[in-house]
Amino acid sequence: MSEAVLPGVTVPERRRGRLLRDSGLVLGGLIVGFVTLVAVLGPWLAPYDPFAIDLTRRLVPPAWMEGGTPENLLGTDQLGRDYLSRLIYGARISMVIGVLTVVTSGLIGTTMGVLGGYFGGRVDDVVVFAITARLSIPVVLVALAVVGLMGSSFTLVILVLGLLLWDRFAVVARSTTMQIRNLDYVAAAWCAGCSRASILLREILPNIASHLAVVATLEMALAILLEAALSFLGLGVPAPLPSWGLMIAEAKEYMFFSPWVIMIPGIALFVLVLGINLLGDALRDMLGTDLSR
Amino acid sequence: MARFLLRRLVVALLVAATVMTVSFLLTRLSGDLAISIAGPNATQEDVDLIRRAYGLDRPLWVQYLDWMGRALTGDFGESYFFKDRVSNLIAERLPVTVSLGLVGLGIALAVGPPLGIVAAVRENTWVDRAVMLVALIGQAMPSFWLGLILMIVLGLNLGWLPISGTGSWEHYVMPGIVLSFSAIPSLMRLTRSGMIDALASDYIRTARAKGLSRLSILVKHGFRNAAIPVVSIAAVQLGFMLGGSIVIETVFALHGVGFLAWESISKNDFPVVQAVVLVLALIYVGLTLLADLLNAVLDPRLRTA
Amino acid sequence: MSALLEVAGLHVRFGEVAAVRGASLVVARGETHCLVGESGCGKSVTALAVMGLLARGARRAAERLAFAGQDLRDLSDRAMSRLRGDRMAMIFQEPMTSLNPSYTIGSQMTEVLRRHRPGATRAQAVDRAVELLGRVGITAPGMRLGQYPHQLSGGLRQRVMIAMALMCEPELLIADEPTTALDVTVQAQILRLLAGLQRDLGLAILLITHDLGIVARVAHRVSVMYAGEVVESAPTAALFAAPRHPYTRGLLSCVPVPGKVRRDQPLGSIPGVVPRIPPGFAGCAFRDRCAHARAECSGDVPRRAAGPEHEFLCTLAPDWARAEPVAA
Repeated sequence: MSEAVLPGVTVPERRRGRLLRDSGLVLGGLIVGFVTLVAVLGPWLAPYDPFAIDLTRRLVPPAWMEGGTPENLLGTDQLGRDYLSRLIYGARISMVIGVLTVVTSGLIGTTMGVLGGYFGGRVDDVVVFAITARLSIPVVLVALAVVGLMGSSFTLVILVLGLLLWDRFAVVARSTTMQIRNLDYVAAAWCAGCSRASILLREILPNIASHLAVVATLEMALAILLEAALSFLGLGVPAPLPSWGLMIAEAKEYMFFSPWVIMIPGIALFVLVLGINLLGDALRDMLGTDLSR
Repeated sequence: MARFLLRRLVVALLVAATVMTVSFLLTRLSGDLAISIAGPNATQEDVDLIRRAYGLDRPLWVQYLDWMGRALTGDFGESYFFKDRVSNLIAERLPVTVSLGLVGLGIALAVGPPLGIVAAVRENTWVDRAVMLVALIGQAMPSFWLGLILMIVLGLNLGWLPISGTGSWEHYVMPGIVLSFSAIPSLMRLTRSGMIDALASDYIRTARAKGLSRLSILVKHGFRNAAIPVVSIAAVQLGFMLGGSIVIETVFALHGVGFLAWESISKNDFPVVQAVVLVLALIYVGLTLLADLLNAVLDPRLRTA
Repeated sequence: MSALLEVAGLHVRFGEVAAVRGASLVVARGETHCLVGESGCGKSVTALAVMGLLARGARRAAERLAFAGQDLRDLSDRAMSRLRGDRMAMIFQEPMTSLNPSYTIGSQMTEVLRRHRPGATRAQAVDRAVELLGRVGITAPGMRLGQYPHQLSGGLRQRVMIAMALMCEPELLIADEPTTALDVTVQAQILRLLAGLQRDLGLAILLITHDLGIVARVAHRVSVMYAGEVVESAPTAALFAAPRHPYTRGLLSCVPVPGKVRRDQPLGSIPGVVPRIPPGFAGCAFRDRCAHARAECSGDVPRRAAGPEHEFLCTLAPDWARAEPVAA
């Protein structure tokens, strides 16, 4: 009866919803794929050395604007460095930081979540407490403080973000493990004499992997945004490196006269994060991952 | 109910203790604090002097207990740079940050839930899709970049608002808008999904069968139930917003605790950094407690259980 | 008896699925009319269509849809909402979830009166609520007003739903499987209550059920629904004594009747399930499950009269069943 009474969404509407999700998947995939390609092929794509300073050609506008030249498609920065080349190298920084942060935080969070979800009881209490405590710590502030105290470096940024952003991995890994733990095939494996480690690695992990992938996309987007924010405040990636956040910070003084200096790296950052989020949302809709805490 | 809240209170106290330990250890990460305080040009005697003066020659656990004991009474020591009690500095700056957080939350609440309701009522139409697009854009927007754009557009081009600084209420508008962007997407999505569930529920069908007006059905019966998680998330979001205000305060040179922390970090002024981390974390813990309490007040099933 | 609710040629479609296909029925003032059929046959959808409560995306069309002589077909949602809860009310199968968990019983009851009788004071609404809670057999009604739904049992909640439906003295009460989710003993109490209310208040009740035992006890008149159509309609006694449609006969053979069915004799059953009917389907929808299916069953099916106020929808002649008693 219920099937006939309550189709609040009729068939064509459902199809339209799927279309929307698929277009998100395609667009997100295209953006992320493109940026990945640019990041990997950076040294071959960049027309100039991103660190080469030319004080005679400072703040040249992009080619399509008045005063722009085709030699510097996106113009030059306040030190005369080619903006396109810096943008391309910036993509490498964002992607590497995004991926490595997610690997670090994913390892920490997944381990904690799976252990808590599988063993329950005291172990779970500890895990839940760790998540609660972690959430109460202001991420940006602590990351800034640590980098400020220990001196900014590429590795430190990854390490700090990795050590701070594991909470959502732990939450999702814990809840999905709890659901799977009680399923028949896990019990069957247990009865068949499999060791705990092999159950965790062979039965549980593969089955929660897809949900962790959803978290990974969202955390990667967050890590990229945070890196940019830290670099923007001068406490992220150190100076000559062309991080997009740092590019915005360095260009800030000139933004009232030539707004494009902050628009170009900002749009790059925005589009990349949007692409990753689109991908993550499409993935989440397909898998039905519940991210609410 | 009382048991539940008591449990939460105990957890909150434990979290607070953990956070205190973390913020203490945070400043010991760099190794020798005395060298950092003394600065690059100090001689060995200067360093030794500072070490003794600040009690840094004592064993770590003694320093820890000493700091904890003082912090519990609200004494966070003295700022190396500002030459003032840390507690005074924070008391002076905290109202700015809290005002900013409340402005941000206010804007977020004025925008997020109403858009969420509209999206839920028009589920799967172009309206719904447009609202979800707004959420995606809000999530992907780097806050500091948005701040700079607003400065150019609202501050310079249109001249509606002051570009930066602290002073009148107008200084809070742009930072508030930027800050609200971090909470709008989640409030909107939560309201939307809550409303979709509520509107598909049996009690909404009952409300319609009773012939109630559309407004009463949507707001009194629908949103009343969808609002319960939204209200508690809003409290938690305020905590996140205060924690994240450092970026925005720095962009807009708004002199709140975030700006204070940023100044102190660049001046190696550890007692201040430590105290700001601790205060913001404690506010967050307090707000999560408040969220639990609000939940209990709003949900009769919890209240009377 | 005059007709209170008249439905003829009602169609409801959800996208590609035709849930109701030309259903017709008439509920007279003051009578209990039972609508029976298997799950998925379109009973609830018919009721929701009458009330104007169909989900978004559903399309409704009817040759006639009238309440107390007023055409409901082109009524705006606003105008329908004036009727709902006032002159026509409805209660549902799920008492556990049909009340709003966030408001007290009193608040949910009084808002009906205050919506439809703007002149009524709060005190009058409260008095009315207390009176009705007492009328549906709830003890200490004054105290119940301040309670929340989760503090009441399923049976009590269904009583509250009934009392709430009666706030404005409706002429028609539609009850959609009101006892299905309840314990057997509570079921009997609720049915007795409905029958009593019907008698005392002169209420017309359209009772939707799949339980023929309930039909036999309370109905004045029965309509049998199959795959979105009303295939047979008759006064209760006539229907039980001489069912004409093969589907009705199949349904009746599934019910053990003391004295009629021998102890060792297996109960009847109808093979197959209710089919999903695509739009544009022609002929009798029961023919794939029917033992009497013939070539004509793929064409137009005639509506035949089998006695006073007794109609059925079949290619078989009205007297075909004489040779063949039920459950033989």
